[in-house]
Amino acid sequence: MGIPLDQILVQTVNGLVSGMILALVASGLTLIFGIMDVVNFAHGDLLMLGAYTGSGVFLTTGNFWAALVVAVIVIGVLGAAIQVTALRPLLGRDPLTTILATFGMSLVIQNYALWQWGPSARNITEPIGGQFTLFYLEYPFYRILIALLSGAIIGGLWLFMKYGTYGIWIRATTQDRVMASAMGIPVPTVHAVVFAIGAGMAAASGVLFAPLVGVTQTIGIDFTLRAFVVVVVGGMGNLGGSILASIFVSLLESYASLFVSPAQAVIVSFVVLVITLLFRPTGLFVPTPK
Amino acid sequence: MLALKDVHAHYAKSHVLHGVSIDVGPGEVVGLLGRNGVGKSTTLKTVMGLVRATSGAITFDGRSLVGRATHSLPALGIAYVPEDRRIFRLLTVLENLRTGLDRRGVSAERRDSLLEKVYRHFPVLRERRDQAGGTLSGGEQQMLAIARAMMLEPRIILLDEPTEGLMPRMVGQIREIIELLHGEGVAILLVEQNVPLTLAVSERVYIMEKGAVRHHAPASELRANDAVIHQYLGV
Repeated sequence: MGIPLDQILVQTVNGLVSGMILALVASGLTLIFGIMDVVNFAHGDLLMLGAYTGSGVFLTTGNFWAALVVAVIVIGVLGAAIQVTALRPLLGRDPLTTILATFGMSLVIQNYALWQWGPSARNITEPIGGQFTLFYLEYPFYRILIALLSGAIIGGLWLFMKYGTYGIWIRATTQDRVMASAMGIPVPTVHAVVFAIGAGMAAASGVLFAPLVGVTQTIGIDFTLRAFVVVVVGGMGNLGGSILASIFVSLLESYASLFVSPAQAVIVSFVVLVITLLFRPTGLFVPTPK
Repeated sequence: MLALKDVHAHYAKSHVLHGVSIDVGPGEVVGLLGRNGVGKSTTLKTVMGLVRATSGAITFDGRSLVGRATHSLPALGIAYVPEDRRIFRLLTVLENLRTGLDRRGVSAERRDSLLEKVYRHFPVLRERRDQAGGTLSGGEQQMLAIARAMMLEPRIILLDEPTEGLMPRMVGQIREIIELLHGEGVAILLVEQNVPLTLAVSERVYIMEKGAVRHHAPASELRANDAVIHQYLGV
């Protein structure tokens, strides 16, 4: 069956763009899991809080970039506070306890948002308008900008993890918490900082999405769900794996939507998840442990 | 400088240390001998706060270490080289060293000279500085573990079985580095199974059995009369 080349190219661009957005959501999640073994069920709620915080700042300043920066900082600090108060006491306990704690946090945040902001949507206007012609489609510049910004944030995270003292502390703590503390690395602070970074990245995703879909309690819920999928597919806690998996799964979904409706294409990510869990439960992008 | 007085410790419900008392003076190399499973490593872990002392006192310069966070000990001048080395396997050699080097109050010159010092003593670490720690051989990992501890500029190093599983040439190198550290005035509490090495480098030796110190003597005395060694270690 013949699919025109232009359709394939458009879907490739679509897949890459949503892959980068997904990667931004997933990398915050995988960072926290990789370092603390905490599956953060409140990730999507931090994203939503970030979007609301951003919309509040946007309403008063009218500046998208201020909204982005303030939301990242506020939610980052909130993330650190959550880690210190709710998760630190659970360190070393059964993973189920932290799942329950973050799940509880998720419920609290959701209901707080409903109580504070009500059910109607708020808006943030995109910082750049306009669109360009991509074959038969008018493609908004802003979507490209989101993908680039996501890439820049992930790239920044990577540089920070690779070269910064704190990055080395974080990686050392991931590999051997006990030895890290014997080397004088303040492990409890490292954990709080990691949670703050993860939360800040969730908030950044929230603000970046806001112009596309409007700020509601359910903003980012589908991305968060798919982020969980790609974090598993990429190998729990493997940052590079999650990013590759995000792009891989998003491209697959894009191509699948050439044949079926986009709503049905979402199934692809779950098919990939099931196949991964069946045949490579440690993730597609990590070597099979011996 | 480091003093343990009647220290007791438990692993879950088993009582592993039954009143251990050990002293290490400034710049002193002190050996801790004993068979497998008598509590030598646990003694070091208890000092580091990795195993909780259930009673007794552990002090460093008169300050109590009991209940202190492990990560605050290096700032006091205590470094730890665990028996299984515990290299950060996915970090490069240089990054492993940076875990001890990137501290507050270390100037750029001081960092360079510390690095230069360990590279001079362990040239292989310079060659492999950009290689992942996990790819080093056992002996090289041991050197890295000691070098990493040296980055903290400690006043005492708790050294747990540094020669375990190493070939004789490497054992000689470990001995040289212990002597070097000793010459620089760094105190060492050396846990070992290698009796000749321990007697050669230590000033005093404690011998443990069943979670308690059974014998304590100057190393020279044990070198002259090995009946005690026979009695407790069967060698």
